[in-house]
Amino acid sequence: MTDVVIVDYGAGNLRSVARAVAHAGVGAVVTSSAQAVADARALIVPGVGAAADTMANLRAGGLVEPIREYIASGRPFLGVCMGMQALFEVSEEGGSHECLGVLPGRIVRFPHGLTVPHMGWNNVRLRAPHPVFEGIEQDAFFYFVHSYHPRPADDAHVIAETEYGGVTFPAVVGRDNLVATQFHPEKSGADGLRLYANFLRLALERGSIAPATAATT
Amino acid sequence: MLTKRIIPCFDVAEGRVVKGVSFVELRDAGDPVELAAAYDRGGADELVFLDITASHEGRASVYDMIARTADQVFIPLTVGGGVRTTQDMRQMLEVGADKVSVNTAAIERPELISEGAHRFGSQCIVVAVDAKRVPGSEAAPRWEIYVHGGRTPTGRDAIEWAREAVQRGAGELLVTSMDTDGHQQGYDLQLLRAVSDAVEVPVIASGGAGKPEHLYDALADGGADAVLAASIFHFGTYTIGSIKEYLAGRGVPMRPVRAEGAA
Repeated sequence: MTDVVIVDYGAGNLRSVARAVAHAGVGAVVTSSAQAVADARALIVPGVGAAADTMANLRAGGLVEPIREYIASGRPFLGVCMGMQALFEVSEEGGSHECLGVLPGRIVRFPHGLTVPHMGWNNVRLRAPHPVFEGIEQDAFFYFVHSYHPRPADDAHVIAETEYGGVTFPAVVGRDNLVATQFHPEKSGADGLRLYANFLRLALERGSIAPATAATT
Repeated sequence: MLTKRIIPCFDVAEGRVVKGVSFVELRDAGDPVELAAAYDRGGADELVFLDITASHEGRASVYDMIARTADQVFIPLTVGGGVRTTQDMRQMLEVGADKVSVNTAAIERPELISEGAHRFGSQCIVVAVDAKRVPGSEAAPRWEIYVHGGRTPTGRDAIEWAREAVQRGAGELLVTSMDTDGHQQGYDLQLLRAVSDAVEVPVIASGGAGKPEHLYDALADGGADAVLAASIFHFGTYTIGSIKEYLAGRGVPMRPVRAEGAA
């Protein structure tokens, strides 16, 4: 049985994510195996690039249902960038693409006139303390690179926000045992490494990354 | 608020950093891993490695160098120099680069940009625009694209090429003025302004930084989103921290440098 599984569906930042996990001193398996996803105690879905390609690759790899079922089982889940956007119902990137539908809402583009991609270090403001941000200051800087951002249908799924060019968008979303970041913690220096370390420690020690209040609902 | 990025650039050959670096106390100033880690601690927002290796064997050592650096340094790494095919791009990205920078090969075969953007995503395709002023165009400045490390003129207009590169899928432009590069007298602000007005993607200013005012000018007047510099850092004249403090003091949004040991 594999504890920490990083889902390999050809995403470009796979190795960086694996390196950040290794830096936390945790062994992880990078795999495209549906069985490994089903058996995981902590699942990480990375991703860069386009929504259509991401979903096409997940479908081709037979990973859509295993990921949905894993999340439905309530075990700890971390999504990064495209691995976060894929959780929503529809992405408007390059048309209209159906995604995993784990969280209600859409992925929309930044307004024209702004420099896109939104690329670089921006501050992340938590709405309320969250266990994966333990030891990370409010308004800490993380590295972003994206042209689209989530617009959740349920405001309660917004964990942290970031402002860019007058647009305030969710930088972290989640519910229960699921958390997903628009930024790249694996490219965000010490704070990013801490986020991975927190996620892994909580997932493996407690089986839960959820805030205490959410766990009771 | 999105901060402006400060990006040190290293020339590497055969997997070693070759340009003199004297500001940090290093056991081995040529070791890219040690150097990258020192710049990361010092507050660098990204790192650019420019591979000037000519030989095939040297290329392999660059891949190894990128892999070792990416194992230790968790900020974005861009690698440029000698990238000619999507296979080169794939190899760079697989070993640990986050972005690849292309110049000569993209001018010779612009489809390389679209192919790379399609396969790997625009976010990792940086097009390097090496531009030189056209003599006699002072009243309405024009710039010509140079390739082969600035040695070969192409007859192509820099602003038009910048637009085309972005249409083809470049996620970022690295704009170097061949006129100001190496002189430490400031960036070509008109060039930066012309490019950043012409495209929607981020622009990295390069070529000419000699003092903190120059970086301010590139960001404030040139409209650049990031500044790349080599000598100003490597020769120990300024630390990244001191430059960030200066820029922040003038109202440029900066990611603060972490206190030593905070990690």
